Amino acid sequence: MIPQAVQDCWYPLAMAALTGPYPGRATQLLGQPIRVFRDAAGTIRVQGDAGADLPVILRFGHVWACPGTPQRDLFTIPEADHPGRRLVDCGVVRVKCSPLRAVENFLDIAHFPFVHTDILGAEPHTEVGRYEVHIREDTDEVWATKVRFHQPQAAMSAEGGIETEYMYRVPAPTAAVLYKTCPARPGDWDVIGIFVQPLTEELCDVWPWMALYDDVTPQAALIQFQQMIFLQDRSILENQIPRLLPLDPGMEIPTQADLTSVAYRRWLKRKGLTYGAQMVAA
Amino acid sequence: MTPRLHDYVLSASCYKVRLMAALVGVRLDLVAVDFHPGREHKGPAFRALNPAGTLPVLETGELVLTESTAMLVWLAQGHPGWTGDGSRSAAAQVQQWLAFSARLAASLGMARLHDMLHFPADIDGCRLAGIDCLREVEAHLFEARLAGRLFLTGDRPTIADIACFPNVALAPDGGVGLEPYPGIRLWMRAIRSLPGFIEMPGIHRLHELRPAPERGAA
Ligand SMILES: [Fe+2]
Repeated sequence: MIPQAVQDCWYPLAMAALTGPYPGRATQLLGQPIRVFRDAAGTIRVQGDAGADLPVILRFGHVWACPGTPQRDLFTIPEADHPGRRLVDCGVVRVKCSPLRAVENFLDIAHFPFVHTDILGAEPHTEVGRYEVHIREDTDEVWATKVRFHQPQAAMSAEGGIETEYMYRVPAPTAAVLYKTCPARPGDWDVIGIFVQPLTEELCDVWPWMALYDDVTPQAALIQFQQMIFLQDRSILENQIPRLLPLDPGMEIPTQADLTSVAYRRWLKRKGLTYGAQMVAA
Repeated sequence: MTPRLHDYVLSASCYKVRLMAALVGVRLDLVAVDFHPGREHKGPAFRALNPAGTLPVLETGELVLTESTAMLVWLAQGHPGWTGDGSRSAAAQVQQWLAFSARLAASLGMARLHDMLHFPADIDGCRLAGIDCLREVEAHLFEARLAGRLFLTGDRPTIADIACFPNVALAPDGGVGLEPYPGIRLWMRAIRSLPGFIEMPGIHRLHELRPAPERGAA
């Protein structure tokens, strides 16, 4: 039985630009077959197996649906509306892992030097400084701020190594947004999101997405940079044990670098968002 | 001119060419093609360059090559050893493995595209055909080891090894594990230790650090 809190969330299902007429994209959400298509009037619709329509929101270039009764609006990313930004849909990558694991990995900066060697991190610069993690009361989101890290090539528009500052945000159980220093425009943030579609508790489709200030790099190169980064994570994600995300904090010993992960797990547990989680008897 | 490679970072065939170029010290001008999600390689502009609508494409200045094995031959020219030792037997064996690499792409490569990027495929059929290929490679490498050779066609690597390496090494991406093949794992290690070796997502450099084991309480 899937908890009601899980059913009442919004989940990404497709890129709006690539959604075609019926039969459209036949996929899965929370273990149930589901269909995303454009009807004769051009409206994007999402239907479950029985043909009933689900509530739909088009945002950040993607189609979002709620299999239950939405309790709140889908989150927003105000920075994405700033003029001059390029919005980049990066397609989809399927990963055999818990959707929560995919989000947790995205939040973990300690893995940069080891998994994204010479791109997002490098030895010997493996130190993550102190940063702050908190739950924003007004929006009920997990935030990590003041994360500073030395990176050899933080973005396509970065030449040479720079000290990059990051903010991480979990605005929905299967979505994470990263804000990072924009090499082209000091003072502004590049925004990178991953929107995770939970097919089952151990299988997900991941939709990376970006909102960048970069007038130079060709679209295909931007997409490939992001896909390269994410695919470096994929083999790690597919080999994690246990496959489900443990929500008992005693299961895996947190280190300083895992503060965000601990906050994310507590937040999930408190809200009963346990799809893809391994609950351990207290 | 600098040879121009129309490239997709996650493509095993494109990686073959990038790797070969790195091993022989040829600089490539990389042009990123939006293979996924944009399917740019199936559009009219790209098809004007390569009617087959496939990646990679290598523009050498005088030639437009659309087969990765032909690109390996082009890159290896002038670098003795990479195309064999000059013997009739080596030349034939290299051709044998270049052709074999197409079977790897159609089986293990397709399984990977299916599992990773949603390509339609008979996934069980692809994996079984891929396992057949791996067993052939393993048996061959075992014989080679007994004869004191580390690579597919001799005691040094050739374009045959580079043609076969990517789809073998990326087999786990398509749900085919490499645990049962010690000969293949040793061969992959030998390739990864070559001077100039470069990595791609899913194929790590030799000194990779594995994630620490989970310290479960239970
Ligand atoms: Fe990562």
